[in-house]
Amino acid sequence: MFKNLALALTAVIALTSCTKKPSTDGTATSSNANEILVGEYGSMTGSEATFGISTHEGIQLAFKQINNTGGINGKLLKLISLDNQGKPEEAATAVQKLITQNKVVAVLGEVASSRSLAAAPIAQQYKIPMVSPSSTNPKVTEVGDYIFRVCFIDPFQGTVMAKFAAENLKAKKVAIMTDVKSDYSVGLAKFFKEKFEDLGGKVVSEQSYASQDIDFKAQLTAIKAAKPDAIFIPGYYTEVGLISRQAKGLGIKAALLGGDGWDSSKLFEIGKEAIVGGYFSNHYTTESKDKKVQEFISAYKDAYNKVPDGLAAMGYDAAMVLVDAMKRAKEPTPEAIRDQLATTKDFIAVTGKITIDEKRNATKPAVVVQVKGQDKYGYVTTINP
Amino acid sequence: MEEFIQHLINGLSLGSIYALIALGYTMVYGILQLINFAHSDVYMMGAFIGLYSSRFLGIQEKPGLLSFISVLFISMVGCSIVGFLIERLAYRPLRGAPKLNALITAIGVSLFLQYSGQIVFGATPQSFPNILEDADLLALGGVHLTLFDVTIFMTTLSLMLILRYIINSTKLGKAMRAVSYNGQWASLMGIPVNKIISMTFIIGSALAAAGGILVGMKYPKIEPLMGTMIGLKAFVAAVLGGIGNISGAVLGAMIMGIAEEFVVGYGASTYRDALAFGILILILLFRPAGILGKLNVEKV
Repeated sequence: MFKNLALALTAVIALTSCTKKPSTDGTATSSNANEILVGEYGSMTGSEATFGISTHEGIQLAFKQINNTGGINGKLLKLISLDNQGKPEEAATAVQKLITQNKVVAVLGEVASSRSLAAAPIAQQYKIPMVSPSSTNPKVTEVGDYIFRVCFIDPFQGTVMAKFAAENLKAKKVAIMTDVKSDYSVGLAKFFKEKFEDLGGKVVSEQSYASQDIDFKAQLTAIKAAKPDAIFIPGYYTEVGLISRQAKGLGIKAALLGGDGWDSSKLFEIGKEAIVGGYFSNHYTTESKDKKVQEFISAYKDAYNKVPDGLAAMGYDAAMVLVDAMKRAKEPTPEAIRDQLATTKDFIAVTGKITIDEKRNATKPAVVVQVKGQDKYGYVTTINP
Repeated sequence: MEEFIQHLINGLSLGSIYALIALGYTMVYGILQLINFAHSDVYMMGAFIGLYSSRFLGIQEKPGLLSFISVLFISMVGCSIVGFLIERLAYRPLRGAPKLNALITAIGVSLFLQYSGQIVFGATPQSFPNILEDADLLALGGVHLTLFDVTIFMTTLSLMLILRYIINSTKLGKAMRAVSYNGQWASLMGIPVNKIISMTFIIGSALAAAGGILVGMKYPKIEPLMGTMIGLKAFVAAVLGGIGNISGAVLGAMIMGIAEEFVVGYGASTYRDALAFGILILILLFRPAGILGKLNVEKV
């Protein structure tokens, strides 16, 4: 009897000490008067790790530049980053922790729409402005008036590739391969199909897969039998790399098309020659002659010793748009920042001119690039909204 | 017709991969009546040992038969050691305990390997080195048969035959069967039971390593959690064929591979994983011992 009681007591003590720990961590990072705390959550590990890491590096670079030039009205920016391992439920927990324990005034994140959608309701509930650098699913900013983004949205990205397939590639028949586990992929596929059929094309085969799958030959064999001119694969880079290899193994010659989810150096590492020649829509291109772009690329190279991908540029822009709103706000309170974010107009960013519309989305052009090799993407065309 | 044949080839190739892993499950079960859930994570270790050894040897971009065989050999030896240690440290202390304890320990070992893998190797998927160049062996009409498909299929078949030979025709195999029949009696007859069980794990883990390398070559994306889904499916395949039966594991795996391929190719691609577990439920309902398994009625 006593033995059992003792056991139960130890269990209770163990449990309470476990739940207490994080809160002491939280108070350790509480702000002092000369700092503005900004939270960031992203997939630093997991199967989309390069998304989180690139975005994080872009944000860090922006904050460093601002702090080196005196900060915001005399206050320095401090970034608190949390890893969500690429899981929506972890993203929600991370944002909860950033807001309630670290007391941040604004949140930056996420890349993947599924994770932004998991975290946005929490930011909205606490009335903390959240700026997503590159979640393109329309639902993200529909969560509430505190949720913003600095990228274009899926209807636009889907139509860009549909236009490109119909007008530049002169494709008549396309097949679509969707990742059914991802809101982003399903959204892109839907808008691509609508636009492509509007333009007189035909979708001859629609296949689906789930992220983490490794074998796609069944879907590809079915697609091959339908003889499409192009295959639209709006997925993320790990699966796309494998899909391209297996398509090559089956002797499929159709052009592969995709969205900004392809943008990672892992795409070529996994896909090798099979992915060369594929086209995808992106937020910017390193081949741009624009001064702002070239300055960003050289600053990024100095800091991290590599060429920034599109997501790094988006992270940088998200941070800069937030900084711009903070500068215009009289006090760095969440409400004031939100109000200023909503009135952002013609902000000159690396990825183009950003204007936040009444739905808190950014209107800006997209570029189409072609995969040429490891981290080599050739500029093909720009498509305006 | 072309599409049908291509689906069949794809299915056999996928089935051989399931078979490679199912063989390890079925062998350990046949001898110890233990479902070794850590088996699919030993397979993951095999892929990672392959990755690091090829980097160490500096042959990650030098495809060739020599690179392939040396990486395969190192990985099989490495995994044998891992398998031996798992048995020695986790399962042997529980030899006398109820079977449920060993089963739960197996799940624990599996999680231990997965999450320490995430710490040591990182959770980010890595691309597997190019140690053997894939090529079209046959491109007839629209049907493509690649070198990897054939290699994997042949490896699976030959490993199955070797295993059958070991178990049915060697002294070691005779001892294994004796241990499987009754461990206590076997030890009374002078059979070193612990040594035989260690050997079982060593052979099983070497098989898993071969699986890891072959899958890494065919689907060059490896990560610490890569064993979970494929391990579950291989387990279902082993149950389908009759767990404990070597040929049954291969047969079950082929059926699974082909069935999956046709469901995805001709029907709904979303139901791929549901199919595998649907088959498991049906088998357990109508033929609990599997296709080739014999049902032993336990007498009290």
